[in-house]
Amino acid sequence: MSDYILLVVSCIFVNNILLMQYLGNCPFLGVSKRMETATGMAMAVVFVLVLAGAITWIVDHYLLKQFGFEYLRTLAFILVIASLVQFVELFLRKSIPALYAGLGIFLPLITTNCAVMGVCLINIKEEYTFIQALITSFSYAVGFGLALILFAGVRERILLARVPKPLQDTSIGLVGAGMMSLAFFAFKGMV
Amino acid sequence: MAKTVVQEFTKGLWAEIPPFRLVLGLCPVLAVTKTVENGVGMGIATTFVLVCSNVLISLLRSTIPKQVRIACFIVVIATFVTVVELVMQAFAYPLFLKLGIFIPLIVVNCIVLGRAEAFAAKNGVVASFADGLGIGIGFTLSLTALAIFREILGSGTFTIPISSVSIPVFGPGFEPFTFMVEAPGAFVCLGLMLCIMNMLGKK
Repeated sequence: MSDYILLVVSCIFVNNILLMQYLGNCPFLGVSKRMETATGMAMAVVFVLVLAGAITWIVDHYLLKQFGFEYLRTLAFILVIASLVQFVELFLRKSIPALYAGLGIFLPLITTNCAVMGVCLINIKEEYTFIQALITSFSYAVGFGLALILFAGVRERILLARVPKPLQDTSIGLVGAGMMSLAFFAFKGMV
Repeated sequence: MAKTVVQEFTKGLWAEIPPFRLVLGLCPVLAVTKTVENGVGMGIATTFVLVCSNVLISLLRSTIPKQVRIACFIVVIATFVTVVELVMQAFAYPLFLKLGIFIPLIVVNCIVLGRAEAFAAKNGVVASFADGLGIGIGFTLSLTALAIFREILGSGTFTIPISSVSIPVFGPGFEPFTFMVEAPGAFVCLGLMLCIMNMLGKK
């Protein structure tokens, strides 16, 4: 049990996917300008990442490894993720329109979010069991959401500040992300 | 014709140089620029994928149905990424281990898919080749510039690409500025470089 708690803490804080593993930075800078879009994106990532983590693990263990097709991993994973995103989009539109209204526009963006693919590959590389893979996928996604929402708060403040012209927009965003990353850096000694 | 091809090539080197002008594909930029060697290796791998996928997609652009084009592009890109993975495992295994999951992650690099969608799907083979090569070389240059900056300040060395020889830049009394090679330094460094680019030239 304590192993699992350790895994959760290390995935959310110590190895935060955005600020420590450098994955998923395009949506991080793209949608963090407003709080609502950041929240929507964070929820969509949690939803898709847990599903993708579970399915790619099954595909890897019961299809690719069984028949010795490991070299097709990249191709197989991206296809699984792309079709999963499409499927989730259709499913939500049909059965849970309220949730679709919230997540809708963020879902297609997730296909090219390297955090999703990255976590699926980390799960395989670290040779996690199915339960561990599920927990890591969920915790990494929560870590992503946490960093994204915190950062959106910071950026809403930056909008009010007087920033020198060349530093505006993405540039100051990156410097701000660096400062946040420094804060998360302090967790490093914990686990 | 010849002039436009040259233009397609050179725009990737300055006017639309990724990731500064096109803010896409930031993850590999931040992650692999700890040493110059990694930066150059990643740049070359991405350039290869970019050129090959641009050419193939441009050849197939009238065959691919509009509705499923993104899926087709991803399959094409993933195929070339697999080629790169296998080639690197065979001929550059140490570098392959250092770059780790960032090699398969070229698939989800927005620059590659972005060029396929915005350029190769609409233009001829020669122009797409020039575009892919230009953007790829621009990307490699940016990675190298950032890596030189980070490696020299962060660990006080300069690793010559391919030969893996590290040359100490400063004297023995140099205290490495570790901040630069860790995650926070990557963000701040890229942010400041973007600022310098903004100061140098208006679009």
